[in-house]
Amino acid sequence: MATNTHETVSACVDSYGSAVGMPQLCGEWMGNQIFWLVITLVVIFIVLSRIALPRIAAVLAERQGTITNDIAAAEEFKSKAAAAEDAYNQALSEARAEAARIVEATKAEIKADLDTAMAQADAEIKAKSDAGAKAIADIRANAMASVEEIAKSATADIVSVLGGNADDAAVSAAVTTELKG
Amino acid sequence: MASEAHTATESSLVFHPMDQFIVKPLFGNGPVEWYTITNVTLWLALAVVAIIALMVFGTSRRAVVPSRTQSIGELAYGFVYKMVEDVTGKDAVVFFPYIMTLFMFIVTANFLGLLPMSFTTTSHFAVTAVLALAVFLTVTIVGFVKNGAGFLGLFWVSSAPLALRPVLAIIELISYFVRPVSHSIRLAGNVMAGHAVIKVFAGFAAIAAIAPVSVVAITAMYGLEILVAFIQAYVFTILTCVYLKDALHPSH
Amino acid sequence: MEGQLAHIGAGLAAIGSGAAAIGVGNVAGNYLAGALRNPSAAASQTATLFIGIAFAEALGIFSFLVALLLMFAV
Repeated sequence: MATNTHETVSACVDSYGSAVGMPQLCGEWMGNQIFWLVITLVVIFIVLSRIALPRIAAVLAERQGTITNDIAAAEEFKSKAAAAEDAYNQALSEARAEAARIVEATKAEIKADLDTAMAQADAEIKAKSDAGAKAIADIRANAMASVEEIAKSATADIVSVLGGNADDAAVSAAVTTELKG
Repeated sequence: MASEAHTATESSLVFHPMDQFIVKPLFGNGPVEWYTITNVTLWLALAVVAIIALMVFGTSRRAVVPSRTQSIGELAYGFVYKMVEDVTGKDAVVFFPYIMTLFMFIVTANFLGLLPMSFTTTSHFAVTAVLALAVFLTVTIVGFVKNGAGFLGLFWVSSAPLALRPVLAIIELISYFVRPVSHSIRLAGNVMAGHAVIKVFAGFAAIAAIAPVSVVAITAMYGLEILVAFIQAYVFTILTCVYLKDALHPSH
Repeated sequence: MEGQLAHIGAGLAAIGSGAAAIGVGNVAGNYLAGALRNPSAAASQTATLFIGIAFAEALGIFSFLVALLLMFAV
């Protein structure tokens, strides 16, 4: 710093090039500083307000728009997925109902078949048991007739053996009355 | 006194912590006229170049996914914009380019001043006083244009007891006119103090015994100065916003 | 002799820096205490914090300025 070569041109700098007092308070330099500062500020202001700030604002707005669009698109995809899930669930429940319906129908059909088969079997059984009962009745009637006949012939035989004259009609009437008795 | 130090003795330590703030012509040794191209001009121009590089060329690609430079520019934009909106109100965004200019200039000049061998423009009261006076005039003019005589209600504290109001009015008036003084001296004083302290420690580094301590102290002060460089720009900007809020909404 | 008195005055003015440090510490400490009580409100008050610190520090800077003026400009 200490260059002795130049003569003192300022009251704020001594002959060694050092500051006299505070350089900040040197009135000689203030005009220079203020002049260049004002130019600087005007340049910065023009550059910022004309070019930089609108550009950054546009970029930020564009980014915000992109983000909003992306969020909207994501929202749309989400709702689509939800709709697809709903459709899937509905289809599933429909298929379940259909299956239940088919099961029900098949059950009813089988039951109807079973019922008719049972009814048929019942009818057959009834017919057979009726036939059986009829046969038993026939056999009983036949047996009763045979018993009557045997009783009649036996009575006639007994009457004839006892020496009576067996009148067939009287004998049979008596036997019938006795049997019924 | 500095000259006394030169003439008195060369054996003891000689500090010239204020020499870094000397304004001198870039070309030749002539006197400093108002139009002379000086080191002030150089460092102000570098601040302009840095701001244009960051805010114009950095954002020239207009990328939706920003590059590093562009995101720094967007960060600065969003930082100041949010400050204006939060502190001053939504109707103050017309002043946003103005406040952005102040913030970008101060923060760039502060950081450029931290480069070794550089000249710190914001350490001069002439510079910060212009900035603060510009804010003061803007606030006063905007206040009277927007509110007319109602702007004087700023000094008439209607929530205070009636007897106290004249006293408070005087205090408010004084504090209103002290604003540009404190506004400018805060910035220049902080920046100058840090640089002067670093220079003082650098002077101690000439003594071999305490040189390591001095280097460590310079490093620590430098870290603190980086913080101060940003915080003072932030404080200057936010106080501008607060003063503007007074102008737009003077109700106490 | 006068210069030496000015140096003493500068030293006395530098006490103001310490006073400003107390003020800044007060602001920051009370902010921290409040922020720990109600952390959700802390973020919205950082601007107020910085304004308070700036006001407190400005007065310390004034005393620093007085010291510098005594050192270099008297």
